Amino acid sequence: MINASLKQLSAALAEKKISSVELTQLYLDRIAALNPTLNAFVTLDAERSLAQAKAADAMLAAGHAQPLTGIPLAQKDIFCATGWRTTCGSKMLENFIAPYDAHVIQQFNQAGAVNLGKTNMDEFAMGSSNETSYFGAVRNPWNTNAVPGGSSGGAASAVAARLCAAATGTDTGGSIRQPAALCGISGIKPTYGTVSRYGMIAFASSLDQAGPMARSAEDCALMLNVMTGFDERDSTSLQREKEDYTRDLNQPLAGLRIGLPKEFFAAGLDNDVAECVQAAIAEYQKLGAVVVDISLPNSRLAVPVYYVLAPAEASSNLSRFDGVRYGYRAPDYTDLTDMYEKSRAQGFGAEVKRRIMIGTYVLSHGYYDAYYLQAQKIRRLIAQDFAAAFTQCDVIMGPTSPSTAFNLGEKGDDPVQMYLSDIYTIAVNLAGLPGMSIPAGFGKNGLPVGLQLIGDYFKEAQMLNAAHQYQQATDWHQRAPQHI
Amino acid sequence: MKWEIVIGLEVHAQLSTQTKIFSGASTAFGAEPNTQADAVSIALPGVLPVLNKGAVERAIQFGLAVGAHIAPRSVFARKNYFYPDLPKGYQISQFDLPVVGMGAMTIQVEPLSGNAKPYEKVVRITRAHLEEDAGKSVHGATQGMTGIDLNRAGTPLLEIVSEPDMSSAAEAVAYAKTLHSLVRWIGICDGNMQEGSFRCDVNVSVRRAGEPLGTRREIKNLNSFKFMQQAIDYEVQWQIDTLENGGKIQQATILFDPETGETHAMRSKEDAHDYRYFPDPDLLPLDISPEFIEQMRAKLPELPEARRTRYTENYALSAYDANALTATREMADFFDACLAATLSPSPSPAGGRGEQVAKMCANWLIGEVSAQLNRDGLDMTTCPITPTQLSGMLVRIADNTISNSGAKDVFRVLWAEGGDADAIIEAKGLKQVSDSGAIEALVDEIITANAEKVAEYRSGKDKLFGFFVGLAMKASKGKANPAQLNEILKAKLAG
Repeated sequence: MINASLKQLSAALAEKKISSVELTQLYLDRIAALNPTLNAFVTLDAERSLAQAKAADAMLAAGHAQPLTGIPLAQKDIFCATGWRTTCGSKMLENFIAPYDAHVIQQFNQAGAVNLGKTNMDEFAMGSSNETSYFGAVRNPWNTNAVPGGSSGGAASAVAARLCAAATGTDTGGSIRQPAALCGISGIKPTYGTVSRYGMIAFASSLDQAGPMARSAEDCALMLNVMTGFDERDSTSLQREKEDYTRDLNQPLAGLRIGLPKEFFAAGLDNDVAECVQAAIAEYQKLGAVVVDISLPNSRLAVPVYYVLAPAEASSNLSRFDGVRYGYRAPDYTDLTDMYEKSRAQGFGAEVKRRIMIGTYVLSHGYYDAYYLQAQKIRRLIAQDFAAAFTQCDVIMGPTSPSTAFNLGEKGDDPVQMYLSDIYTIAVNLAGLPGMSIPAGFGKNGLPVGLQLIGDYFKEAQMLNAAHQYQQATDWHQRAPQHI
Repeated sequence: MKWEIVIGLEVHAQLSTQTKIFSGASTAFGAEPNTQADAVSIALPGVLPVLNKGAVERAIQFGLAVGAHIAPRSVFARKNYFYPDLPKGYQISQFDLPVVGMGAMTIQVEPLSGNAKPYEKVVRITRAHLEEDAGKSVHGATQGMTGIDLNRAGTPLLEIVSEPDMSSAAEAVAYAKTLHSLVRWIGICDGNMQEGSFRCDVNVSVRRAGEPLGTRREIKNLNSFKFMQQAIDYEVQWQIDTLENGGKIQQATILFDPETGETHAMRSKEDAHDYRYFPDPDLLPLDISPEFIEQMRAKLPELPEARRTRYTENYALSAYDANALTATREMADFFDACLAATLSPSPSPAGGRGEQVAKMCANWLIGEVSAQLNRDGLDMTTCPITPTQLSGMLVRIADNTISNSGAKDVFRVLWAEGGDADAIIEAKGLKQVSDSGAIEALVDEIITANAEKVAEYRSGKDKLFGFFVGLAMKASKGKANPAQLNEILKAKLAG
């Protein structure tokens, strides 16, 4: 049952082979056994989860089931969910109980899905290894000395270890795709504006986008069907017709033009990863796809541009955590300024403070034009590169991350090395495009390698089709970690 | 040495929407603290702003009313600073791309001193932009602690910035009053200054004639025109004294203390914040189509300036009357309705009768009605009589049914008890006698009964005329048409 796809689980529930309560309990038992090792969940509430499962069983019995009714999912701890502690991986919100539901949570509730718990993450989604969480690092189920990636590391670890049927993540610079790659699962970041950000704690508003993390492209498509849709509470939510992301899964790939950006295969890419990606491309050619060499000349600027813009927005977004109304407040202070300084100094971790400082600096009088405005200009150039590329190809492919999962503590002292872990994913957020990572083999160390797919705006269905067809021809996505 | 005063104003007008600028929470004044603070108002993690279209409509209407350029695309920016009454740690405002660009307003200045004559002046409006209000710190509610009330946080404001075109306290006050009247006139702000719906910041500097602009100091948060004048007068004198004593003016933000009538520095330029403005990524640029601007233009009422022109040109009213009648839209609307009713059923808007009736309406409104409102602490919105009621009375003055003194009796009753002029005239017997036969008979009787006095009058004692008028009025129980009575009496006494 734990290796079943969402479609199979849905069928099992419909056919009464298992109840949602039983399925939920099954996962809760696995979590109880494995979470002490993996630390993938920061908050569990079995009573709440089982109550939801019971309600889902009633829906199933009444014949009101939808595709995800009764299916236990894990929610990244960045989404506010009524009655659930919502920490965003920070001491700042250690005791914050959300009084309302994020749009994504509401959508899953309406679909009758079960919330198994809140998954661990890098603090305020700032990190690529899940080591910045106030609640401790998450372990990679393929090798518990390795990181799961970040910031949606808890979600990736939980999905890979079969602690949930599927999970949600968010992706600001690669936070769905990179951990998906490092944990050997599938994850998609849709086009910016496709999933409402309402109730999702903001890191960098113009880049943040929620998406599913699951074991297959097909599961991702089913999750996306629930998560997307216009929401008037988010001004950047796009008014588009609701679409069925499973509709094109079984289309043949003959004639699909795959763009390979030469910049994604240059120095800095591990051989193991390069070989897996090349093999995957060869597989696609067997399926009828054709390969086109393309160039994204400004992509080399994506990391520096990102580390101007994302911290700029974050420095402002995180100002509300001031100890005044909710969240952490320092126990002792002498006056207002002292209260602010101590609450924020004690409530935020080092990486968050680093980015607040970078962001404050680049927005400061005298530096704004040189950093923030300049970065915005390059951001447009990066988007133009993609626009030009998509006149030549349908899907861009390459590695998700330059290496397989690195060990805990390995890059802790060198933020720039850490930032380079997202070198292939960041440009996608800057352009607002949909991107995806799917398992494409293993390195010599036995750790998973991810293949990144990048689609044109709103071409999620086409990208999912390409991913699904590959997964019909290969079994990388079905491999499960055996050591835990 | 002659000093020149340079003044510019920044006015925060609270827009009269039911809900906040970025959320559905109520903007009603005076509720219990934090009862109108929704998730957005208190800036819970994950909440997002959604722009209130009503605020945009009002901003555009203001822009059109001052002949300003409406930006086809404007941008909301974040102004970052920490303060407990600012829940997000930033204020959403507009910075380099405001919704309303350069406009202008004509003001009528009544100099405060001497016998200088009133004059007109055009004041340029640099820009007007949308922004959200902050909450309030509440001191003393809890022992040893400062409370925060976020009911006001997120209330929509239009910040209206003038050019430094004013050169006296009188001009600054006239500008503020005209602006205050205009925002109420077009219905975008209730103008309640006590409740903070219309707050003025005044930038003041002085310079010697011909020299470049001096350093300005900004007087914050003036909430009455009287304080504004006092604050400017004090500040100007302080700056002149400082400079004449060899001192220098430091740029500063200052507060006016109504108790002492003095201004005091709150913070100097050195403490100035770096607000780190940048476009708010949670909000899309505000795009306004030409069609939408035209829709807003069509919704605008006739503006005070147009109305004043209509009054002076169509009805030959004086500039003074036209100004007084357009002090508020309620007053002007009352005047228009009353005038129309008085002229009906045969309206003759221009020319002789129209002018006479207009002058009569204006006199009653500016005189008796305004005086009564003042006495009773009311204003036009709470005026106890309707234009139709007043017109009912004016019609009876015009057709000589009642005299002016009779009209005052009618007015008193209308004000206190309501009702209809004709019924009051009937009930109180105020109808004047205009039957010339009846008046002649009455006059004949008096002449016969006072032969001696008549002889005296006829021999040249003109002063006795009043005596005869008195007798005749008494005999008619005050109801004789005075003009008619005078005429008949004069003729009969002449013999």
